[in-house]
Amino acid sequence: MVDLMGGNFMSSKKEQHWSKTRSLTFTVLAVWAVIAFVIHWAGDALNSPAFPGAYFMAGMGSQIAFAILIFWFASRQNKIDEEFGLEEK
Amino acid sequence: MIKLEGGFVANLGKVYGLYTLGFLGFVILMGILEAAGVENTIIGWMFVAFTVAIYALIGILSRTMESDQYYVAGREVPAVYNGMATAADWMSGASFIAMAGGIYLKGYPYMAFLVGWTGGYVLVASLIAPYLRKFGAYTVPDFIGTRYGGNLARFCAVFILVIASFTYVTAQINGTGTVASRALQIPFELGVWIGLAGILFCSMLGGMRAVTWTQVAQYIVLIIAYLIPVFWMSNKLGYGLIPHFAQFEAVGRVQELEAQLGIGALMPTAEAQAAAGKLAALKVGINDASNNFMEKWKFFTLVLCMMAGTASLPHVLMRYFTTDSVRNARKSVGWSLLFICGLYLTAPALATFTKLSLLDPNVATSIIGKSFSEVSNLEWIQQWSNVGFLKVIDGNGDGIVQINEFFMRGDIVVLATPEMAGLPYVISGLVAAGGLAAAMSTADGLLLAIANALSHDLYYKIIDPKADTKTRLIVARIMLVLIGAAGAFVASLKLTSILGAVAWAFCFANSGLFFPLVLGVWWKRANRAGAIAGMVGGFGAGAWYLYMVQFAGMTPWMGIDGLRFGMIGMPVSLILMVVVSLMTEEPDAETQKMVDEIRIPSGKVVSDN
Repeated sequence: MVDLMGGNFMSSKKEQHWSKTRSLTFTVLAVWAVIAFVIHWAGDALNSPAFPGAYFMAGMGSQIAFAILIFWFASRQNKIDEEFGLEEK
Repeated sequence: MIKLEGGFVANLGKVYGLYTLGFLGFVILMGILEAAGVENTIIGWMFVAFTVAIYALIGILSRTMESDQYYVAGREVPAVYNGMATAADWMSGASFIAMAGGIYLKGYPYMAFLVGWTGGYVLVASLIAPYLRKFGAYTVPDFIGTRYGGNLARFCAVFILVIASFTYVTAQINGTGTVASRALQIPFELGVWIGLAGILFCSMLGGMRAVTWTQVAQYIVLIIAYLIPVFWMSNKLGYGLIPHFAQFEAVGRVQELEAQLGIGALMPTAEAQAAAGKLAALKVGINDASNNFMEKWKFFTLVLCMMAGTASLPHVLMRYFTTDSVRNARKSVGWSLLFICGLYLTAPALATFTKLSLLDPNVATSIIGKSFSEVSNLEWIQQWSNVGFLKVIDGNGDGIVQINEFFMRGDIVVLATPEMAGLPYVISGLVAAGGLAAAMSTADGLLLAIANALSHDLYYKIIDPKADTKTRLIVARIMLVLIGAAGAFVASLKLTSILGAVAWAFCFANSGLFFPLVLGVWWKRANRAGAIAGMVGGFGAGAWYLYMVQFAGMTPWMGIDGLRFGMIGMPVSLILMVVVSLMTEEPDAETQKMVDEIRIPSGKVVSDN
């Protein structure tokens, strides 16, 4: 009986953890899709006489944004793991 | 050394700091020797011999007979160093040698590779790597085999891994051959076998442990070699100290020149192109970004295929098996991307400054608009024409070199830039060492991925589950030598250009493995029948499509050519996997529990190696 309750408590904690993990991942993928696809779909429209915007986004902007996104994701995910006590000890 | 191992990991900063200083000292020493009149060939030899000897030494010092060390480097690699090793593992001969040249010759559409090969890491970090680290597999097929159960699923994964990685590794061995033959002035075929010997020395005795620590050393060499010439050129041309910021002004200048020189308007004559063969003249602008649906679609599909491929290539994913925790596996993906950016953000700048060096009439090294006799007498033109990397053909017979009369192979943008821009030979030697490091480090990772899949998954898990550790590790090494020899043999046949084969590897991997890997973590309902259908169907459809457009003369559908056949394979794989999974029974409770376990970082690894 005690075991069963412990099990339920554990599994609901795990479920909540997974549901938060999932929504974080969807957020990451949404941002990723914008940086990876939506921006570049604009193509030539990013260019102006003052600045080669399309060249900048394809050659530098997207890459830097991806790197920031991954580090942000890693720290958010750590917080979620810690919130439910499911981080590595 | 084995006793010092704990001490070694704790002292990584010191060890690699000293190593970096030592390497810079070596470069300066070579510069002094050059100034003292030592011949170029000797300097080239010294660069190759010195760096390869160091990698081999690290490989020998890291030898091991423990399976944990051999397959996953003991799972003790810190996030930053794993990031560096992944960057070297990732950046192949194609990234180092061919990427800047691709941007130079093909312009904006080619930059889809830059976006795809970096954005894929977001998928690695968020969808796959931390979960596979928690799972605790030795190889990628090990995950597929355990998650879905059964030898058939495992075998399908091994098969796709071997095809994708082997396609890739021949390109790398080809790259080592190209660089070695140029730097050492030896025949290409011999260069290929010398390159292979170096690669095997790094990986055979110590497996993943040895490859990890050599890859870190190789990253340091390749990034120094890539950055120095670009910084030099940016400053020499007067655009500024940091080429990454200076390149945007330079792009403006290149675009002015494009209008003046008729780039995009002036096409090579048919006879000249026929005489030039596979060499290409510059026909597109530097920043002619997509402005119609088809161009945008082609950019999009290439980015998507390269990203999904990044997240399915086993030699990359297995690097994250070596970190000391799930937490660090995630962080390590970020570090990998930062180290990769060190080169990828530099490639467009290199292409742009090379254009200025060649095209801008105000720059002394320019050749366009100069007389034919003057250009043909330049030393670097003669040297690279002799090896078939470039050709100047007076198409209209006016005695002046126009933009449509200068034909080249993309590779020379990196390999010949130092000579083109009039830098001392020591920089050329450095670039050769860097190209070699890039190709060798990727070949190491790929060979290990293939050999480990064959020894661990095919031999140990399927053929002889009772084999003891010693036998398994001996089998692993025999596989390594056999696969390496096979790769070198195929490379010496020179079947395809470096980049063609690389893009194929990405599409083979994403067609067959992307959805089985992702859904294995993210969809509990995915089962064995679905995964097998997804792997066989996706890979089969992709391979069939590649054959049709590349060899059977079919017109590509919607612009989906041989570089993008994952656009066919991936949807087939997804649909089959979902439909077949839903039509068959859901996985048993034990498997579902296993999926729950890999979704949380805490607790023991799931796999039982």
